[in-house]
Amino acid sequence: MQDLLYFSQQLINGLTIGSAYALIAIGYTMVYGIIGMINFAHGEIYMIGAYTALIAITGLTALGAAWLPLILIVALVCAMIVSSSMGWAVERVAYRPVRGRHRLIPLISAIGMSIFLQNYVHLAQGSRNIGFPDLIEGGFQFGSDDAFQMSLSYMQITIFITTLICMTALSLFISRSRTGRACRAVSQDLGMASLLGIDTNRIISATFIIGAALAAVAGLLLGMYYGSIDPLFGFIAGLKAFTAAVLGGIGSIPGAMLGGLILGVSESMTSGYLSGEYKDVVSFGLLILILLFKPTGLLGKPEVEKI
Amino acid sequence: MLEVQNLSMRFGGLLAVDQVTLDVQEREIVSIIGPNGAGKTTVFNCMSGFYKPSGGKILFEGKEVQGKPDHKISKLGMVRTFQHVRLFTQMSVVENLLVAQHRHLNTNMLAGLLGTPNYKEREQKALDRAAYWLERVGLLELANRDAGNLAYGQQRRLEIARCMVTEPKLLMLDEPAAGLNPAETKELNQLIISLKEDYNVSVVLIEHDMSLVMDISDRINVINQGRPLASGTPEEIRQNDDVIKAYLGEA
Repeated sequence: MQDLLYFSQQLINGLTIGSAYALIAIGYTMVYGIIGMINFAHGEIYMIGAYTALIAITGLTALGAAWLPLILIVALVCAMIVSSSMGWAVERVAYRPVRGRHRLIPLISAIGMSIFLQNYVHLAQGSRNIGFPDLIEGGFQFGSDDAFQMSLSYMQITIFITTLICMTALSLFISRSRTGRACRAVSQDLGMASLLGIDTNRIISATFIIGAALAAVAGLLLGMYYGSIDPLFGFIAGLKAFTAAVLGGIGSIPGAMLGGLILGVSESMTSGYLSGEYKDVVSFGLLILILLFKPTGLLGKPEVEKI
Repeated sequence: MLEVQNLSMRFGGLLAVDQVTLDVQEREIVSIIGPNGAGKTTVFNCMSGFYKPSGGKILFEGKEVQGKPDHKISKLGMVRTFQHVRLFTQMSVVENLLVAQHRHLNTNMLAGLLGTPNYKEREQKALDRAAYWLERVGLLELANRDAGNLAYGQQRRLEIARCMVTEPKLLMLDEPAAGLNPAETKELNQLIISLKEDYNVSVVLIEHDMSLVMDISDRINVINQGRPLASGTPEEIRQNDDVIKAYLGEA
């Protein structure tokens, strides 16, 4: 019984982190699916989302707003708007001018953008940790007082539900809406889509905006979950989400969701049963294993050479 | 409606197309023929905006279009197919036709979320048009199949249907009969003629299948080594000495 509770606790923790990774991973995978580049500034977009949410929460609290759902929703909307505009601007400034060049050039441009944004936040907000107010407190406890207690906090439930809503909305958008249909067409054959009169620049901007908005959601959620943020907040999370995207098969949206969850669970299992210091070893080791045996990732489709 | 004047295209030291001139009138099927490597597809690529020509003019309905990006040219009503089928293979057959009507649709996201009458009406129209063309090319029963799973001949026809839903004025077909069996070629033949007769579309055709070319073309342009060799009706071309030489070698 004890063991089962302990295991469930690790599973819950893993799924919480994993679903946030999945939200960020979608940004990587959508951009890769459409223009075949890795947007290394995506982690910074997520970090900026977290900062914006924190600023909005602080501001609203200072103004005397007390109703929690209102504060959260306003913070979420602000974070999404700021991150999306940032994602859009980054694409316009740093990627569009070098699109179609050698693959390395947009990559370097992305790394440059990432360093720029990180340092910009350093300057604007300082390099210290900033505490995130604990807005959603409490939770359910399982198990007896004198032994291991499993807890499922309201914060974790919020993360699950928000992620679920975002994923459902995204899936519906991609499969049903006209813009989603155009996104799929552009990701399969950009030249042909353009020839058929789809404004591919608009679609590319849309993917950056959507990816950034989801990253902002993750920024708010993980900021509250961890309780503090700093300008390097996006670096590791971005790296993990990128790993998740590759794990699931970069370019595939269900792959990013699956990859995020697998990565989150394997990390928390390692911290729970081995040691917290080994969690990155295990998650990146897992990545190496999968790339060795299935180079396209779990749900990625092998690229067929056109004859 | 289409005039190509002294079109030249240079790749480094190679003059792939040299002073090619041709024109297409309304409701006319014009073929471009020539030996492999003669520069036919290069002419197409210049016309459809894939390449920026090094010299010459391309006038579509009196407006200069040379060097314009491909999506602008396709918006004017000139659409093309490729030697290799380029469908969205992981999308269903009907989605291929819907996505081609993207710019005719209301893509306002708010309208989509609210499901405004205008949005629904246009989506319905797009579906109707897609269904009409699927019926027309005989693919209606396969509408929900992934395009990549169709047989080759069906993919070719779907590609033409996908061009037609965009309501073009001029259709450019690059070797549409390549890889088709004689029965399929015959069907294609009838389809192209009906595009002209029933839908008032002009067609520019690159093709190696001489029986198809001779059957359906109103006029033929022959290109050899990037230079125009002859032009005229199928009958004139058949009897042109230069053409016979280029195709059969000097006797």
